[in-house]
Amino acid sequence: MSLTVNRAGLGARRGDGPAGWLFTLPVIVVLGLFMLVPVLMALWVSFSDWTGRGSPLAPGTGFVGFENYAAITSGGGLAERNFGIAMRNNAWYALLVVPLQTGLSLGLALLVNRAVLRGRGFFRTAFYFPSVTSSVAITVLWLFLFSTSGAVNQVLSWIGVNGPNWFNEPAGIVHVALGNPEGPAFLTGSDFLGVSWWDWLSGPSVAMSALILMAVFTTSGTFMLLFLAALQNIGPELDEAGRMDGASAWQRFWRITLPQLRPALFTVLTLGLIGCWQVFDQIYTGTQGGPGKTTVTPAYLSYEAAFTDQAWGQGAAISFVLFAVIVVFTLFQRWVLRERDASKRVEKRIAKGAKA
Amino acid sequence: MGSSRRTALAAGGAAVAAALALTGCGQGFDDAEDDSEGLTSSDDALTILYGASGEAETRAIEAALAAWSEESGVEATAVAATNMDQELSQGFAAGSPPDLFYLAPEKLAGYAENGSLEPYGDLLSNKDDFYPSLVQNFTLDSEFYCAPKDSSTLALVINTDMWAEAGLTDADIPTTWDQLDTVAAALTSGDRAGLAFGAEYQRVGAFMAGAGGRLVSEDGTTAVADSPENLEALEYVKGHLEDGTFAYAADLGAGWGGEAFGKGLAAMTIEGNWITGGLSADFPDVNYRVVELPAGPAGQGTLQFTNCWGMAADSPNQEAALDLVEYLTSADQQLAFSAAFGPMPSALSAADRWSADNPDLAAFLAGADYATGVPTAAGSAEVVSDMNAQLESLATGDPAAILASVQGNLEAVVG
Repeated sequence: MSLTVNRAGLGARRGDGPAGWLFTLPVIVVLGLFMLVPVLMALWVSFSDWTGRGSPLAPGTGFVGFENYAAITSGGGLAERNFGIAMRNNAWYALLVVPLQTGLSLGLALLVNRAVLRGRGFFRTAFYFPSVTSSVAITVLWLFLFSTSGAVNQVLSWIGVNGPNWFNEPAGIVHVALGNPEGPAFLTGSDFLGVSWWDWLSGPSVAMSALILMAVFTTSGTFMLLFLAALQNIGPELDEAGRMDGASAWQRFWRITLPQLRPALFTVLTLGLIGCWQVFDQIYTGTQGGPGKTTVTPAYLSYEAAFTDQAWGQGAAISFVLFAVIVVFTLFQRWVLRERDASKRVEKRIAKGAKA
Repeated sequence: MGSSRRTALAAGGAAVAAALALTGCGQGFDDAEDDSEGLTSSDDALTILYGASGEAETRAIEAALAAWSEESGVEATAVAATNMDQELSQGFAAGSPPDLFYLAPEKLAGYAENGSLEPYGDLLSNKDDFYPSLVQNFTLDSEFYCAPKDSSTLALVINTDMWAEAGLTDADIPTTWDQLDTVAAALTSGDRAGLAFGAEYQRVGAFMAGAGGRLVSEDGTTAVADSPENLEALEYVKGHLEDGTFAYAADLGAGWGGEAFGKGLAAMTIEGNWITGGLSADFPDVNYRVVELPAGPAGQGTLQFTNCWGMAADSPNQEAALDLVEYLTSADQQLAFSAAFGPMPSALSAADRWSADNPDLAAFLAGADYATGVPTAAGSAEVVSDMNAQLESLATGDPAAILASVQGNLEAVVG
């Protein structure tokens, strides 16, 4: 859309072109120098055998094709297994965080949007507060809350639950729920990315679950704000019309409010998904990937591979695979939430209603 | 749509070309090809990057540098690293690394491989004064890279109050694994474990050493992780983790063995000589004594850790840096460091004086005679961290499977 606008603009006033470029030049230079160039250099590193000394563009650095990508996706080595573990961890993280934070933020937005709620301002601020606090501070807070003798386990003990040693428990929650059985042979026998199918299905570890709760806690305030803005844009007419037609509160939410929130929903899901696949600070400051590598994420693994293990090419390759993953998921989501199909369905229903 | 995509591609291609041209200036960094024929020399000031254990270390290093600067006339600044790996890597990539820096043996191979390090060990006037086992840690392809700056070993630390409470005497100090079983059981009560240590090779490995096992053969050429000796050691530890007389510090809710010990969550711990500093700072009321680790089936064994003074190949003033290393690793200076913040000297000539000065800690130095080092091949740090991840669930895991996976991973990096 913006493309057509630009073209129209250029066509209408050709003389403004140089001035336009001049005004955008500072941003282009800054973004180019600090984003585009580093990204392209990282792309080159992911295809090179750069060892971390001197410039990656110096003559000594050779092109190795897809060697780094092959090392992390095949070959059966430790690099592949680490990457598989990181993908497993992050997939579960995204799978749980995205729906939970979207649901919670929508619920909070609906609550604080109600005109009758007393102290709306207070609740809006309170729910938004975790979002403006630094993730490092919240991670440290979380480490204390979820320590063996921390507040969470104290509260659990009141209801007779012997809480786990949260940040030191590598067992996956699906495995725990099943009672930690030996996996069936058809799942343990074969693997993907060096991790057996049984381990793919382990669920997030108890430690990762605590981080999942943290992500939901910190991000739902931001997304609540997006939903709230969208809700305030919805006029009351349709809702009143629905009321006149005798629709229940649930029907009005499901059939009238939610469809109008689709653009906001798409934004929240997309931002949530991207954020989920980029988890780094919580791991870096909190768990360092432990216990048992169950909180290693691809973003953290990329950092570790490069800075700690001097495998710069592999580190860069991991980040580009991660980029591809994010793009694929976003496109998929766009396809699922596409507008066209739904309006056709509505048209059909309207047509049917007219016939009847 | 199709045409705009093509335009985007073309723009991307142009951007790549521009990026290459833009960063072309970066090539200037790599001009000095290292032949390690001679050391560089200039009037440049030295920068020393170190990872401080605390205020005491910072003060001691700054004092030593000031004294050396006065003597040599070369300015030297100490910079405390908040993240050693990251800051070093950034320095090497940018071509402006610190001249001298703390370097762990498991990092040596990686940096040596890409030519970031200047091998200067054989140029040292005091090169024969270091413990041979320490020198071994920093020797790669028979080239002695850097001077070990200190050493530490693991020993058994005992809470003497709990010891007496359990009715144990000096005669009960364990010297074999069987005796360790007995005292650990006697000291275990309620929530308190008899012996606590970190869930990592860097502690559990002491049992492997006692059983006569290693991860990599002594000459560093073969992976020997899945040996019956290592299996025996892991099964011994697993058995006691199960019966509750041993415990991992993390499972007791402590960050490391010293914290579990200081908090009274365990009556004994296996730690290195750095524990004395930690205990006097955080738990000054705990009474303890240090004894050598009990001998395993293969005799006495412990692990040894060390760091060296790495020298950058890109340093413009290596001659001054060499002189500074000689100064910092001299017996007198090492004893001064030891008094200030606790590391054991790496110089043989300092050993007797150190033992005389620290009679309570003699067990740590005694361990240096039979200690095993950690694997140093490039990539072995990653293997050890993977092993540590598996050791965390040793109590419920299969020792043989753990060792088999470590063996597989080690074979890929060793030899």
